[in-house]
Amino acid sequence: MKASRVLLYLVLIIFVAFYLTPIYVLLMTSLKSFREISLSTMWIPPKELSFRSFSKAWYGDRSIGLRGLSGNFMNSIYLTVPATLISSVLGSMNGYVLTKWRFRRANLVFALILFGMFIPYQSVLIPLVQVLQKTKLYGSIPGLILVHCVYGIPITTLIFRNYYSTIPTDIVEAAKIDGAGFVKIFAKVILPLSGPAFAVTAIWQFTSIWNDFLFGLVVTPNPSVQPITVALNNLAGSYFVEWNVQMAGALITALPTLIVYIFLGKLFMRGLLSGSLSGM
Amino acid sequence: MKADRIVALLFILPSLILVGIFIYGFIGWTGWVSMVNWRDVFPDFTFVGLRNYSRLFEHFRFAISMKNTLIFTILFLLASIGIGLLLAILLDRKVRFEGFFRTVYLFPMAVSFVVTGVVWRWILNPGTGGESVGLNWLLEKIGLGFLKSGWYTDPNIGIKAVVIAAVWQMSGYVMALYLSGIRSIPTELYEAAQLDGANVFQLYRYIVLPLLRPVTLSAVIILGHISLKIFDLVFAMTGSGIGFSCDVPALFMYDTTFRGNYFSQGAAIAMILLLCVAALIIPYLVYSIRSEVRR
Repeated sequence: MKASRVLLYLVLIIFVAFYLTPIYVLLMTSLKSFREISLSTMWIPPKELSFRSFSKAWYGDRSIGLRGLSGNFMNSIYLTVPATLISSVLGSMNGYVLTKWRFRRANLVFALILFGMFIPYQSVLIPLVQVLQKTKLYGSIPGLILVHCVYGIPITTLIFRNYYSTIPTDIVEAAKIDGAGFVKIFAKVILPLSGPAFAVTAIWQFTSIWNDFLFGLVVTPNPSVQPITVALNNLAGSYFVEWNVQMAGALITALPTLIVYIFLGKLFMRGLLSGSLSGM
Repeated sequence: MKADRIVALLFILPSLILVGIFIYGFIGWTGWVSMVNWRDVFPDFTFVGLRNYSRLFEHFRFAISMKNTLIFTILFLLASIGIGLLLAILLDRKVRFEGFFRTVYLFPMAVSFVVTGVVWRWILNPGTGGESVGLNWLLEKIGLGFLKSGWYTDPNIGIKAVVIAAVWQMSGYVMALYLSGIRSIPTELYEAAQLDGANVFQLYRYIVLPLLRPVTLSAVIILGHISLKIFDLVFAMTGSGIGFSCDVPALFMYDTTFRGNYFSQGAAIAMILLLCVAALIIPYLVYSIRSEVRR
């Protein structure tokens, strides 16, 4: 092998080490028992494997008033699944209208929807809290579901619009000539072709809703309702929680999205690229 | 036909109403809150004009957080784009196990900023004793001891330590953007350049890099708006830090509004943040949609 090829692989491998370092530390630290934990032995593998940190992070520890993450893990499931489904369906409806039933100013409407993807959510938090309090949705999982559905509309609309614009309009026109109406064309022509777009959108939404922190933090002050990211931050923020338990908690939090990434990486990648508008 | 057009409108209407209220209505309301005198838990809607803004511009924490954001943005963009471009070019050189490398480089994107923050706070922990621990220990072992530092606990470094974690999380994404950009360059261009006797360096300098400019623009816009809004990572990793050395506007807004109950000032910070993002995003949106129409 030529020297330049060796150098090339060397650089690539150094970066593999860079990206995997935090995972290494996560695993090594979370598999140690409390006695073995210290900053100075962070890089050294555990002498004996201990899974106690995982059970402690999951179930908590009554004696020191530590809440486990199990309930919050389920909260995240209960809010991520419906919000993902609803926002995907809304995105597909919008994409259909914006590509196959274009009205005047459709591009302007699309741009206005899309802008919502980029806004700093700080600029809507104050009225959001007020409105959720008025509607009794504040501090509840349905409240968070609503929030994620609404702020998911821009990205899901973008993905479906890009996808539907690759479906030839001739198919729709032909169906119209055959006498099919708006709803029938959607149900019989568009939806059967929408599988890939639903997969990309669902994976994207699942990942970003699961990983959300800001909305969970502001909308759910009650620890028993909080999503797992907020609970992890509380766990890691309290000084009496050992590092091995914090790292176990971080692994538990990261696991669902990592599993999705490992098994459905291609679709995840497509979502990422469409998020950059480069598909436009 | 006419009925269909009405049904089409009904189809998109729920989303339009939701976006109209939850995005534009709420932004308008935040703008209004930023001009009244709401400074504790009970709303006070006495109009005070731009007073909250002028107070903000005199606030020491606002100046620090804006400066930190600027430093963070510059370092984060340079490092992520540099690493992303390098990795994309290397991976395109017919590498074995390319799929493995790509998967490893991109996986941090699937992880929550909170997880990233918790892990990097532990890795970059300089400890309290004199001995080298965490990353410092590792640097010493591989002969880079001169790089040892107090990381986020050193007020002179502060936000720059957060850049490391942010680059870890996002540079793989830039790699993916560039790689798909490189792969979409027609092979005839490469062949023509080789026929003209161009070497590898010239090939990249005169063919590949100029054609990747739109990708760089996308990367700058995407990373730039994430960087202006950065909150979760800083919140979980360092908080505002010693002497606010890790502070950012989004964190300042959260503290002011939800911990200090000074809603009007919080709204003013949010509006300034929104203006910064809009200045970056709106030209890009207009450009993207116009160029699509032209095609």
